[in-house]
Amino acid sequence: MSMKQGFGFTRRAAVVALLASVALAGCGSKSEAPAGDAVKAAAAPGAVEKPVLKLGFIKLTDMAPLAIAKEKGFFAEEGLNVTLEPQANWKVLLDGVIGGQLDGAHMLAGQPIAATIGYGTKADLIAPLSLDLNGNAITVSNKVWDMVKADLPKGPDGKPTHPISASVLKPVVTSFKQQGKPFKMGMVFPVSTHNYELRYWLAAGGLNPGYYTPGDVGGTVAADVQLSVTPPPQMPATLEAGTIEGYCVGEPWNQAAVQKKIGVPIITDDEIWNDNPEKVLGLRKDFADKYPGTTAAMLRAIIKAQQWLDADNGKNRAEAVKILSQANYVGADEEVIAASMTGKFTFEPGDTRDAPGFNIFFDKFAGYPYYSDAIWYLTQMRRWGQIPEDHADQWYFDQAKAVYRPDLYLAAAKGLAEKGVIPAEAIPETDGFRGEQSGFIDGVTYNGKLPNAYLAKFKIGLKKGQKVSASGVTGN
Amino acid sequence: MATAFADAKPAETENTVAVTATAQVATEVEPAEVAPAAAPGKVQELVTKFGKGLMAPVLGIVAFIALWAVLAPQVDTSLGALPGPVEVAEQGASLYGEWQASNEAKAEFYAVQDARIAAGTQAVAFDYAGSPTFLDQVGTSLKTVALGFALATLFAVPIGLAAGLSPMFNAAINPLVQIMKPVSPLAWLPIVTMVVSATITSADPMLAKSFVISAIVVMLCSLWPTLINTAVGTASIDKDLLNVGRVLRLGTFQKLTKLVLPSSLPYIFTGMRLSLGVGWMVLIAAEMLAQNPGLGKFVWDEFQNGSSQSLARIMFAVIVIGLIGFLLDRIMMMLQAFVSRNRTV
Repeated sequence: MSMKQGFGFTRRAAVVALLASVALAGCGSKSEAPAGDAVKAAAAPGAVEKPVLKLGFIKLTDMAPLAIAKEKGFFAEEGLNVTLEPQANWKVLLDGVIGGQLDGAHMLAGQPIAATIGYGTKADLIAPLSLDLNGNAITVSNKVWDMVKADLPKGPDGKPTHPISASVLKPVVTSFKQQGKPFKMGMVFPVSTHNYELRYWLAAGGLNPGYYTPGDVGGTVAADVQLSVTPPPQMPATLEAGTIEGYCVGEPWNQAAVQKKIGVPIITDDEIWNDNPEKVLGLRKDFADKYPGTTAAMLRAIIKAQQWLDADNGKNRAEAVKILSQANYVGADEEVIAASMTGKFTFEPGDTRDAPGFNIFFDKFAGYPYYSDAIWYLTQMRRWGQIPEDHADQWYFDQAKAVYRPDLYLAAAKGLAEKGVIPAEAIPETDGFRGEQSGFIDGVTYNGKLPNAYLAKFKIGLKKGQKVSASGVTGN
Repeated sequence: MATAFADAKPAETENTVAVTATAQVATEVEPAEVAPAAAPGKVQELVTKFGKGLMAPVLGIVAFIALWAVLAPQVDTSLGALPGPVEVAEQGASLYGEWQASNEAKAEFYAVQDARIAAGTQAVAFDYAGSPTFLDQVGTSLKTVALGFALATLFAVPIGLAAGLSPMFNAAINPLVQIMKPVSPLAWLPIVTMVVSATITSADPMLAKSFVISAIVVMLCSLWPTLINTAVGTASIDKDLLNVGRVLRLGTFQKLTKLVLPSSLPYIFTGMRLSLGVGWMVLIAAEMLAQNPGLGKFVWDEFQNGSSQSLARIMFAVIVIGLIGFLLDRIMMMLQAFVSRNRTV
């Protein structure tokens, strides 16, 4: 990545690299932080080697770029013949990609990362493109909502002031404990964004969501709130059955709870971490190595679809909603999907608020797979014990670079920019790290170049040297 | 007389025989249902037969639909009230409409593609990659069950014959059969999935992995009725026949084709009929769990959709699954009757 390959620099890249390193030096970054070269595009990809592809997805609105790329003919424009196949749950989807039944899939950002570091099934997966920002919410059952509603601070219009901190749940959790019942919430997969967001929110409110012991996927050691896995489409049914008291999931499954009057979304994920990176396109590394032309063509088609989704302040969203409501895609009722995808978000009947940034697919460099995003997921895996041991900062950088592949993204995006399909300024010139990020609900800032320092900032979460066993957290 | 599996578990034999008996009774009842040739003058009997053969089933179905139409709206789910017969019929029509629309899209796709190939802008022809419609899923399920059932028969009949002919072999496999028989398809599925995934390594296999996985699960679960019935049929062959064979100095192969197979065919077909029924049930479950294409996946996808039409579409699928199971059973029954009629010995 660094100066060894530097002789091949184009003048522009060299200038950018120079500027970036100067800028970094100005920030006083540590010597162990990665070199500040701008990420270079991979070699110009050739023709499509494997035109017939099958991609998997889960019935969530953030699979929209794939459905749009197919329905609006972007895949066909790139010479690809793509079948999109819904999957039952994230595990089936992951196994499908690893086992080769699927060529790629709409994945949780944590999935290719966890597979690469060997948490769960070990496999070399990569994420050459991020599909969207934000798009999740946390919903609680009507019962819990009734218990907390009275204590919420209200605005002048009589509606609760947002964001709502998880600390309002504390009395509810205590009353459950007194009755001898655990307070249970659902999320979609152990390495899902939803798991980390729900944990982040709970921990920020002073509730411990529990730690993972090595080899166990329960994650309930020392937990105030017990989290368990439920596939997204089954969330409302599970909530209704009373198995869980709340859940964190993508759309349309929060709006479905509103529509069916079985729960109330209490917070959206952009309030937990503003503009958080969400799903990615996950591929096997050997697939991308073997078929670079196909990979680039696939990325180009998806980037075009992402642009289409965000074009002109969302003028295409209504059409997108129509497409997604088809039974072979998300399949939920049109008004349920529209309730979150068209710039609004409904919390309760009569409490619909503007949410312009709830689903971002293209703007704000949403497609670029930042290393720092991967490192954030890694820090959360360490924070909750999924990574059982401490690692040096360099380890975080190495893992992130093995999984997130902005070079592939750039190769595809720059090809589109050269043809004028997307504006050149929609592609960031970056070393792959977003700057110091704020916008978290607890006010803690995140710098992807200092993962260990970031971990030390949390009140609840594993610290350096700590280990988890079934009896609790040990070490200091 | 060595009845297959009798030593280990008498109840098993009784059970098999009982099932066989029921099947035979059903076969006998069947002609009565359709038999038009009543003796002259017995009008009353005709009326009774007509009443039993046609009126009663029709009344039963009408009563069921009426009850359904009345009770369904009372059940309120989070997806709205449970759909009644009208909604389900509407969804059936709309599923057919989707199939037609998909056919049009397919024709258009090929037309555009042919034009592009003719113009030289596209090098290779693609297959249409639209999502499978309900009818496509029905087709996939039928193909899968056919393959699984064929595999099961290919395995079960020779093993059953061997077990029926040799009490020693029978004793050897009996415990295995008893243990494997009650295993649910859902328990087999993960193992089969992993083995098939590991075995089929080609990037573009002739048969899709998911298809093979479903078919093998069907085979593993539908093997047993055929195997057991074949063994019972073979073991219960008339001793006199075998003696005649001995007198005529028939070779093993001839003994098998001239004596054993003909006399045990009715049993084998009864077993196969039971196997097909089991296979069809197992297939739907396997498709649902493994997300392999077919009717089971259709049902699960619709459940995941959770739209206001989902329940009606699932119910329509349930009815279709039942009808297909019924048809398959009838076909096997006809084959069985045909084979029994041609019994020459």
